[in-house]
Amino acid sequence: MAVKDYLRQRFFPHMWCPGCGHGTILNSLLRAIEELGLEKNKIVMTSGIGCSSRISGYVDFHSLHTMHGRALACATGVKLSRPHLNVIVPMGDGDALAIGGNHFIHAARRNIDITAIVMNNRIYGMTGGQFSPLSGTNIKATTAPYKTIDQEFDVVQLAIAAGATFVARSTAFHAKESTDVLKKAIQHKGFSVVEILSQCPTHYGRKNKEGDAVSMLELHKTNTAKLGSKALEKNPGLTARGIFVDLEKPEYCAEYDKIIAFAMKEKVS
Amino acid sequence: MARQKLKEIVINREWCKGCGICVHFCPTKVLELDFDEKSVAIRPEDCICCKMCELRCPDLAIEVLTYEGEDNEK
Ligand SMILES: Cc1ncc(C[n+]2csc(CCOP(=O)(O)OP(=O)(O)O)c2C)c(N)n1
Ligand code: SF4
Ligand code: SF4
Ligand code: SF4
Ligand SMILES: [Mg+2]
Repeated sequence: MAVKDYLRQRFFPHMWCPGCGHGTILNSLLRAIEELGLEKNKIVMTSGIGCSSRISGYVDFHSLHTMHGRALACATGVKLSRPHLNVIVPMGDGDALAIGGNHFIHAARRNIDITAIVMNNRIYGMTGGQFSPLSGTNIKATTAPYKTIDQEFDVVQLAIAAGATFVARSTAFHAKESTDVLKKAIQHKGFSVVEILSQCPTHYGRKNKEGDAVSMLELHKTNTAKLGSKALEKNPGLTARGIFVDLEKPEYCAEYDKIIAFAMKEKVS
Repeated sequence: MARQKLKEIVINREWCKGCGICVHFCPTKVLELDFDEKSVAIRPEDCICCKMCELRCPDLAIEVLTYEGEDNEK
């Protein structure tokens, strides 16, 4: 099937600004799904609220556009009742780690078989450029006209500590790499987290003088390096890309099935 | 390995928003923005069919159609 067959073409051109990284993440994700040969009917995409969350409206899968920060809670319900479906949850940085931070760590802790994608543009795009828990220090936002003093979360370290069994990072610039990582994340049995650095030229780029989408993508290239690379060894200040964790652990739906089977047996005897 | 050869670069002018990502990152400078700020392939003969423009386009507006060229391993 061609990538376009996975789109609801009637909603195109999409609402994202020119050069918004979220569009490239949609592009990379569709290619991952196409390469895996997944049936549209076997995929549920659940999202919250934000520019990023609009993604669920553009894909021709089962889709739920839910509440800000609550996409993982809704996805958990879907997955428990229909464990044979592939549940994919793209989220914004604010959505996943500000208002949704608690859902994020607990979904990871349970190791439920869901693919969480953090579309990290380091800002609240939809509401006009407030800083988020992933902005980090020394950036300008509408809520930080004199620059931020808050440290950011490291999504990768947070996800690992919370119990996610597949954790990776890529960027909108590294589109092929994103597709490869997303394929592995979708195939992984357990909670997978893929952080993809995105760009919001409209708010983050403009306020922080990072220029247009092209120059923001250049930064994805120069400020990151592959795990295990010479570049990263020489310059540990760069943001690492790659797969950080890939382990097998008991998965939540499978454990739940065992409990049901056990309870049924107890009842009969 | 048979090499991919270019059939056509198809750009959806309704979807393209003129962000210039495909133009800037094309390794052989095949693409340019026209007066309407839409991407056009002005040097298709230089295309090496890497498809990076297609993979990076945030608007899914560009498609690089290729065919299998003759075997280049003699
Ligand atoms: C419960 C609730 N609180 C606040 C909002 C307002 N709101 C909408 S989107 C958003 C943040 C969006 O930022 P992010 O999740 O990073 O997504 P982006 O737009 O950057 O892709 C906020 C605070 C809301 N819709 N619902
Ligand atoms: S405001 Fe930012 S995040 Fe939202 S669509 Fe525009 S560029 Fe993308
Ligand atoms: S990357 Fe896509 S939207 Fe941007 S100029 Fe090229 S074809 Fe148009
Ligand atoms: S396929 Fe590669 S070489 Fe051809 S136009 Fe696209 S980016 Fe340029
Ligand atoms: Mg954001």
